[in-house]
Amino acid sequence: MTKKENHPAVEKLRTGISSLDIIAKGGLPKNRTTLISGTAGSGKTVFAVHFLAAGIDQGEPGVFVTFEESAEDVRRNMRSFGWDLPAWEEQGKLTFVDASPDPHIDTVEAGGFDLGALLARVQNAVNKVKAKRVSVDSLGAVFSQFSDQTMVRGELFRIASGLKGMGVTAVLTAERTDDHGPIARFGVEEFIADNVIILRNALEDETRRRTIEILKFRGCDHQKGEFPFTIVPHGGVIVIPLSAMQLSMKSSNVRISSGNKDLDDMCGGGFFRDSVTLVSGATGTGKTLTVTQFLQGGAANGEKCLLLAFEESRDQLVRNATGWGFDFEKMERDGMLKVICDYPDLSGLEDWLVTIQRIINEFGPQRVALDSLSALENVGTLKAFREFVIGLTSFIKHKEITGMFTATTGSLMGGDSITESNISTLTDSIILLRYVEMFGEMKRGLTVLKMRGSAHDKAIREFTIGRGGMQMGRPFRNVTGIIGGAPMHVSPGDVERVWSQYDKAVDRRRPETISGS
Amino acid sequence: MQPLGLFALHHCNVFAPGRPQYPGGGPLSKYILTLYVTGTSPRTKIAIDNLNRICSQELEGRYELEIVDVLEDPQRAEDEKILATPTLIKQLPPPLRRVIGDLSDKDKVLLGLEVRPAPSLPKSAQSEAS
Repeated sequence: MTKKENHPAVEKLRTGISSLDIIAKGGLPKNRTTLISGTAGSGKTVFAVHFLAAGIDQGEPGVFVTFEESAEDVRRNMRSFGWDLPAWEEQGKLTFVDASPDPHIDTVEAGGFDLGALLARVQNAVNKVKAKRVSVDSLGAVFSQFSDQTMVRGELFRIASGLKGMGVTAVLTAERTDDHGPIARFGVEEFIADNVIILRNALEDETRRRTIEILKFRGCDHQKGEFPFTIVPHGGVIVIPLSAMQLSMKSSNVRISSGNKDLDDMCGGGFFRDSVTLVSGATGTGKTLTVTQFLQGGAANGEKCLLLAFEESRDQLVRNATGWGFDFEKMERDGMLKVICDYPDLSGLEDWLVTIQRIINEFGPQRVALDSLSALENVGTLKAFREFVIGLTSFIKHKEITGMFTATTGSLMGGDSITESNISTLTDSIILLRYVEMFGEMKRGLTVLKMRGSAHDKAIREFTIGRGGMQMGRPFRNVTGIIGGAPMHVSPGDVERVWSQYDKAVDRRRPETISGS
Repeated sequence: MQPLGLFALHHCNVFAPGRPQYPGGGPLSKYILTLYVTGTSPRTKIAIDNLNRICSQELEGRYELEIVDVLEDPQRAEDEKILATPTLIKQLPPPLRRVIGDLSDKDKVLLGLEVRPAPSLPKSAQSEAS
């Protein structure tokens, strides 16, 4: 670091771009230039405009220098993000320096030249609106406008240093040809700017995944590595700062009802208020019922509930709930419940996270249920899925919301799911629902596998589903191997003998099935 | 160097109304030229000298030249979308053409301005600029 005792540390400018300031540890270095490099479609222009839009929101006027798209195109394209550029121009908060090539004008080069006019125009624009921020989009397009690359290089250096002299914080975009190749196409862009941020839009397993990485900040600190981000209408760039979210988690000792008295008892008195519970089981074991009870319990307690359903349609959910004796429609009319049904493939996981966060912020629920996470597994890569769960978990904990996610196991008997094995460490409680085959009959079993910070019932209990929901029965005392998916009936004599060998109740899980929770 | 003094020389609007006009912008139609420069840099001076020479050789009596310093009038540069200096713009006769650079390559300047070279002119006269 170049920090000296008699020099103040590099000041940061809070950009106002959602969560970018977290990974940038306060914002972009003030009065300096930052290169935003990325492949085509990685979101550079949106970033550049968002940087100015966020500044205008904070009362910092901006200048947009465009070398690629015409100012008119930029104005039109940015409308969908909710940024009314022409209005800001009228109010004197924003001005364009339109340096895009005009196809109608033929230009001939006859001798040496420089980009003095451009610099003068930028200076003029900065003075005109008293700009604090400047976005230049993009450097590469300058190279393609002129044949003399050496001149362009030299001039870009001059413009970058000129920008610093104007007392503005600038963002310069540059193209790169490869998500993991050289920083930028012409090999000099990164030297023009003090700082480098890389935007990626990598194709992994047939899905696109956007990430943002701060490669270097001269003289100041930032978070390392790639962070997922997304670009949403009426929002622009939204960075998902995984680590920052985990740090801000709270923990509550307040217990709330799961909506089922017996289940509350098994959990040692109910769920913790800002906990996240994973309900895992094969299809038809009662996951949606557990969720329905959870929502009913919340509504009965005067808590607003949000249901995100990715597997069943709204009508199916309402019908099922009615069958169990719960009136979803009334809960909705009372404003206690909001049901969001959608196809999981409709958008990427980052977009889902942002959408869900927005819905939660708007509706303000105390309980959120997601049925099921497994439906989202295939929307993105495993990594993206994990990040989604981390992001959602930390978000709802931060909001002190009680969460319940469901996961579907692949096999009917026992087994675990991708969801379960990947996110079990992220959840506070795990409830397993399993089929138990006994003498030609399928029975249902439930066990509380994990309950962070609380004692809980270790038994695997039989339960039946009827009107009124789940009726908890006796533990399967004389069956072993339920969780493993190979239930075996044990004669009562054997059970007695085994139990007499241990004073206390032993955990009868098979160790190879459940670990790391 | 006094910028005003330098530029004032070129504000002479030489135009002879009595000359025959050729239809469609013929060789004797009036040229309206604007040269954008940055301050009084050496490059500015070279460009002005070169342009001066080319005009007197090729367009004597049928051109109007204005010189704009982008440092003094950046809004003009903004309106005309000028990036590089020096930039020479031919407003008339149509089509609108631009030549950028210090105008040391006379052939290219004439090509860029679409001035038909006078056949009698010796080729050696084209690049006396340093």
